Amino acid sequence: MAYPANYRYTNQHEWVDAKGDVATIGITDYAQHELGDVVFVELPKPGTKIAAGKSFGTVESVKAVSDIYAPVSGEVVEANGDLHNTPEKINSDPHGAAWLIKVKLASTAELNSLMDAAAYEAFVATKGKEASA
Amino acid sequence: MEAANSPTLSEVRKTPLNALHRRLGAKMVNFGGWDMPVEYPATGGLVAEHKAVRGGVGLFDVSHMGDIRVHSGRTPGGALAAVQHISMNDASQLAIGQAHYSAMLYPQGTFVDDVIVHRLGEDDFLLVINAGTRQKDIDWVRQNTKEFDCVVEELSDDYTQLAIQGPRAAEVLQKLTDTDLGRIKNYWFTHGTVCGLKNILIARTGYTGEDGFEIYVPSDQATSEQVWAKVMEAGREFGIIPCGLGARNTLRLEAKMALYEHEISDTINVWEAGLDRYCKMEKGDFIGRAALERARSALKRTLVGLEMVERGIARDGYCCCNAAGEAIGVVTSGSPSPTLGKNIALAYVPPAMSAIGTPVYVEIRNQKAKAQVVPTPFYKRARKAAPQAVASSTAKTL
Repeated sequence: MAYPANYRYTNQHEWVDAKGDVATIGITDYAQHELGDVVFVELPKPGTKIAAGKSFGTVESVKAVSDIYAPVSGEVVEANGDLHNTPEKINSDPHGAAWLIKVKLASTAELNSLMDAAAYEAFVATKGKEASA
Repeated sequence: MEAANSPTLSEVRKTPLNALHRRLGAKMVNFGGWDMPVEYPATGGLVAEHKAVRGGVGLFDVSHMGDIRVHSGRTPGGALAAVQHISMNDASQLAIGQAHYSAMLYPQGTFVDDVIVHRLGEDDFLLVINAGTRQKDIDWVRQNTKEFDCVVEELSDDYTQLAIQGPRAAEVLQKLTDTDLGRIKNYWFTHGTVCGLKNILIARTGYTGEDGFEIYVPSDQATSEQVWAKVMEAGREFGIIPCGLGARNTLRLEAKMALYEHEISDTINVWEAGLDRYCKMEKGDFIGRAALERARSALKRTLVGLEMVERGIARDGYCCCNAAGEAIGVVTSGSPSPTLGKNIALAYVPPAMSAIGTPVYVEIRNQKAKAQVVPTPFYKRARKAAPQAVASSTAKTL
């Protein structure tokens, strides 16, 4: 699955799609693949403040619980309620329909420290090599 | 997202099929010191593997399991006496060719390990033990059988152990052997030719709650890979897929089969674990018996099945509370159940809270989510009706 060129990425495998001062956040295709079948998602309510690098929710597969870390700081304006009943969308459309939250950014400058698609692809390629070594 | 800790590969052991798992693109984990496949994403992953075993057939590499043979020394009878001394079930009741679930206990009645005891001959036994406890177990067996006239051999590295599990398992394996598998009952075994290899141990055993077989083939990589490939080929028409430890865990949890360091451990005794029916107090003395005799009337906790009522998944180690919010127990294993479509768990709670329907609150990330005690096993396979059973049910309707 291709990594959208207009998104920014973290080394914890989250993506950010910023439009003005509102950013949509999700987890990457690499992340969903590592997790396996996603069965449960726990997301913050609108109004919740999140801080870059801190956990803001969890995604659970059959076998494991994983924290999701905020790529940027801000205030949650919307959580993807569809995932409540269809968490498996994270496996099938992680970069699109299975977005997790929308956030009003505290500072757009934080985006500059994140990877672009090419850098992230190179990053996960090294992960793949480690795994098969 | 935070990835699971990846093991340092130099420290972990590998089965003869390790290279094959990696070629298949399996996700690997460190399980009890072994580099093992947890799931095979290319063929559908954990849930698909679980469903293949419940509805068709799946193939597992379980070569990490250990094997200890205890057989006669100078005079016959020493091996049986030794096995009786170190295990809680009654091995004298086994026929040659029969196996049973048992456990080795510490003097305090807690678990060294659980074990499948196979009676190979009149005074010849094969103990199949867990991977993570292999060295501890072999040391324990050697130490505690010294006073008996028997020979203890560790055969763990001699075998590649494959588990072919599911309602279609017999049809798959039957294509590869001239042994009539229909004559091997559940928890019995025989030796036969499999894939042209002579004298292969074929046991109708498993850890999935489903019908199935475990076969023990020579452990060289070429033979192991050949047998794996032939089983996959024979199973193709039934949709066989390779299955990893992830599905093995969800399958055994649904069937309420114990996992060492979870439902059983060196601090949990036989009564607490609810394994009474595999513990034969009347067979004579054995290690742990005296302590169990004393512990019988003082049960402080008992293993129960839980089903989540509220949203959330109970996981291993999570705290259980009563309605007042007081900690009363702990989850030993918890997971979504792919067969039932519910979130299930096994937990230790006080006997007073073990009745079916009792509410129990599981602490999940600082929030208490309601669960209730439910009957176990969570899943029980439908057995083919025996002729007698059919006759009696017919009689009722008449």
